[in-house]
Amino acid sequence: MEEKVSEIVQGYGGDKSYLVPIMQDVQKEFGYLSRDALTAISANLGVPISRVYEVATFYKAFSLKPKGRHHISLCMGTACHVRGAELISGNITDMLKIKDGETSADMEYSFETVGCLGACALGPIIVADGEYHGEMNIAKTTKLLKKLGKKV
Amino acid sequence: MVNLTIDNRKIQAEEGQTILDVARKNGITIPTLCHNDALEPSGSCRMCSVEIGEGARAKVVTSCLYPVAEGLVVNSGSERVKNVRRTVMQLLLARSPESEQLARMAEDLGIHPEPRFKPSEDGSKCILCRLCVRTCETVVGVSAIGFSFRGPEKNVCTPFHESSNICIGCGACASVCPTGHIEMHVSPSGDVRTIWGRDFKMAACSKCGLYFAPEDQLTYISGRTGVPMEELMVCSSCR
Repeated sequence: MEEKVSEIVQGYGGDKSYLVPIMQDVQKEFGYLSRDALTAISANLGVPISRVYEVATFYKAFSLKPKGRHHISLCMGTACHVRGAELISGNITDMLKIKDGETSADMEYSFETVGCLGACALGPIIVADGEYHGEMNIAKTTKLLKKLGKKV
Repeated sequence: MVNLTIDNRKIQAEEGQTILDVARKNGITIPTLCHNDALEPSGSCRMCSVEIGEGARAKVVTSCLYPVAEGLVVNSGSERVKNVRRTVMQLLLARSPESEQLARMAEDLGIHPEPRFKPSEDGSKCILCRLCVRTCETVVGVSAIGFSFRGPEKNVCTPFHESSNICIGCGACASVCPTGHIEMHVSPSGDVRTIWGRDFKMAACSKCGLYFAPEDQLTYISGRTGVPMEELMVCSSCR
């Protein structure tokens, strides 16, 4: 872990101004930013841990908690919201037994709601493992979760 | 040297100074919260707002950041400035209703809380001016504290909200805090200081025996300056 972080930091020439890209790469590598990872970034880059923690908690894109194998983001922007994203959120919560921002105990699924994905015409939108699914409804969500391996 | 006018007074000032510096040097009072002479100005509290220019081109700027210039006309107490300061203070009062320092400043300025702004109920006195974080970073050189999260959850804290092992317990953050948010407690006998959830053992002066500074702080100063610990173990009144 320490070595991998050190390698990523070296890849950016140890330049402090690349803190965010470095954190993105570390998160990509380990799935989330663990406490040890943040400490290692701080030590390797010479940026105080208080500042690294500040950046990590500021951006929604960084997670300090482990994420599940499958990551589901549901758009709750205005357009998606009025087209029933709330109902879909309820369906996901019922099926996966996890609330917004949580990860299932078996580390299979994590679910979060996001502000706007910028594709309002396709609303309501779900991003599952980086893949966009537009014009979602409860039935299609159930099908999607089954496809991701959720046994019902 | 540049010539400018503040509140109809002709004033000479050196180039590069800010309006706030010049005004204070000339006995003109401008209220501030996030300003500290030991640090670069940051302009985050907006209390030092003044009006510059005249007529339709007059605009409101933060005096702590605005450099003086030849022929600049500053009005530090116009109706517009008072309105800005009143609204800023009312918003801060709603943010930190429990802060005695803010309440005192509002009273001095004759500002009353605005009923429309619902007082925050989280009990926090922090106005997020970042003065403490900047002090810890640039004056103390430790960077033990920082902000975390954003929006309504934003707060000043030690990393992971745990007691910090690099904090030296100097209390500079508590001392510069303009609203009294950072709490520092000293045990009745004076031998333990508690700040940021950590207890610091205080060092007793080798001459008078009075507890005067945390041991961690003296070790830190000794390490930074090379002054031997024995010399630092004497309090400022015995030195």
